[in-house]
Amino acid sequence: MSDATDLTVEFTGGLEMLFSDQRKHRISIPRVDRTGQPSNMGFLIRWLCENLMKDSRREMFVLDDSVRPGVLVLINDADWELEGEADYEIQPNDNIVFVSTLHGG
Amino acid sequence: MPPHICEVCKVSRAQILRPRNHARVCAPCFISLFESEVAETISSTTLFQPGERVAIGASGGKDSTVLASVLKTLNDRHGWNLDLVLLSVDEGITGYRDHSLEAVKRNSADLGLPLKIVSYEDLYGWSMDQVVAQIGKKGNCTYCGVFRRQALDRGAAMLNVGHVVTGHNADDVAETVLMNLLRGDLPRLSRATSIITSTPSAARASVARDEKAEVTFTNVKRSKPLMYAYEKEIVMYAHHKKLDYFSTECLYSPEAFRGSARTLIKNLERIRPESILDVVRSGVDMAKLVPTGDGKSQGACTKTKAPEVAAADDEEADGGCGTSNSKADGNSMAAMEKKLQQDAQAEADGNETEVKLPSQSVNGQRHDRDHTHEAYSSLSPSAKFDGQDHDRHTTQPTTTVPIRTKQEKKSGRKTNRDAPAPKQRLGQCERCGYLSSQAVCKACVLLEGLNKARPRTGVEVGDGG
Repeated sequence: MSDATDLTVEFTGGLEMLFSDQRKHRISIPRVDRTGQPSNMGFLIRWLCENLMKDSRREMFVLDDSVRPGVLVLINDADWELEGEADYEIQPNDNIVFVSTLHGG
Repeated sequence: MPPHICEVCKVSRAQILRPRNHARVCAPCFISLFESEVAETISSTTLFQPGERVAIGASGGKDSTVLASVLKTLNDRHGWNLDLVLLSVDEGITGYRDHSLEAVKRNSADLGLPLKIVSYEDLYGWSMDQVVAQIGKKGNCTYCGVFRRQALDRGAAMLNVGHVVTGHNADDVAETVLMNLLRGDLPRLSRATSIITSTPSAARASVARDEKAEVTFTNVKRSKPLMYAYEKEIVMYAHHKKLDYFSTECLYSPEAFRGSARTLIKNLERIRPESILDVVRSGVDMAKLVPTGDGKSQGACTKTKAPEVAAADDEEADGGCGTSNSKADGNSMAAMEKKLQQDAQAEADGNETEVKLPSQSVNGQRHDRDHTHEAYSSLSPSAKFDGQDHDRHTTQPTTTVPIRTKQEKKSGRKTNRDAPAPKQRLGQCERCGYLSSQAVCKACVLLEGLNKARPRTGVEVGDGG
């Protein structure tokens, strides 16, 4: 079993500007986190801030250790609240979408 | 975690958790529910007349894109026979509006709806880029909001459309309710919670329907069909229907994410999502407490309620920039608003009905205050817009609440109870003809200020709009 999990993350609603203006990213994250637990959404979010975010305005994306209110998260096209939110364990080839709603309409 | 099953079709995997009731539904069922709820809002408020010409205020953003798509779908599905057009305002903000207009053009092509674009440059001789170059980034949102309001009405009139719909959603309305609550501005709150706002002439026109009322830009009515739709669901709708929208913050709006009513709403939503619609409904209920022109409390807000016009400029300025971020820079905005209000103050509060409530004992104190309050009640078609009756010495129903507006507080306590109330003047701006109860409408006032300060170029720009 490899040490890494491959997945795709997408950023829309303006978030892409934090990630090199790129909407879709294929990434590879460690399968387990530092404590040996399987990597979950919480881990992924921290990982993204540390490794993928090229802009310093992280407050557009996260607030106090979790996704900022107003940013929707979809795991394989379903609301993450239905999947356990931050505790959801990442599976290989998952598709995670972060949609910001914090802009004019 | 085992997958949840859609509560409606009981077959597919649940993909959406609905904030209003925590229902778990799959995407197709969600789309169907969303559309039927909007249809219900529209039919229960009799928002449209069959065959009506309706302009959809389209910015290319998420709300107006969804609005256009849903209205087109429902129009076809239910045979409302509405004549829909897209109406876009080009404020002249390079790097922002030019991109979002591309999105509107794509929508127009996808939906097969005609598109009209009106620009500040054409209407006023000033693009927002130029305004900001002149006045800086403080108070520019006020200018933009005032200009946009007129621009939408003028654009509608050019299209011979008497009804403009905008994509304001439940989060927007809830935020406005909270903000006006925090400011203590109940009249404005009551306007914010009406699903439709219209000028008296528009209301009269819709009552006497056999006359062919010509549409001028003074009698365009506005409504918000998505008023009860959660912003989150609008985004989800757009996502699952793969609608193409534009999503960047206006370049001139101050940095977001500071203390603001919007942040409060978002945090509330996290703890208890039903709160958003609850705030909206509370706002609607609170609006019933706002006294109308004849001193009595309003009934429920129906479409014949018609508060609006000039003072709504400020409100539109607040709401017009999409998010509340433009208000994050609250102090400068408030200062600008104060200044504008003080200018207007000079003319006997012309755009608002002065209602003197009876001196009721509240908390053991007498509150004999003038109230500036705006209401065009079309409950009685013969509503008087001249001097209001002052039921000063009759008892009022206990639901009336003494209101102190910002203006009134500033002007000190000199309430001249015995002076006759100023007449309500619903005239037209002497410069541009726009509906205004001042001699000169707010847009023209702002433009005058801009034009005076404009550095001299070869061609001198004329006055007014």
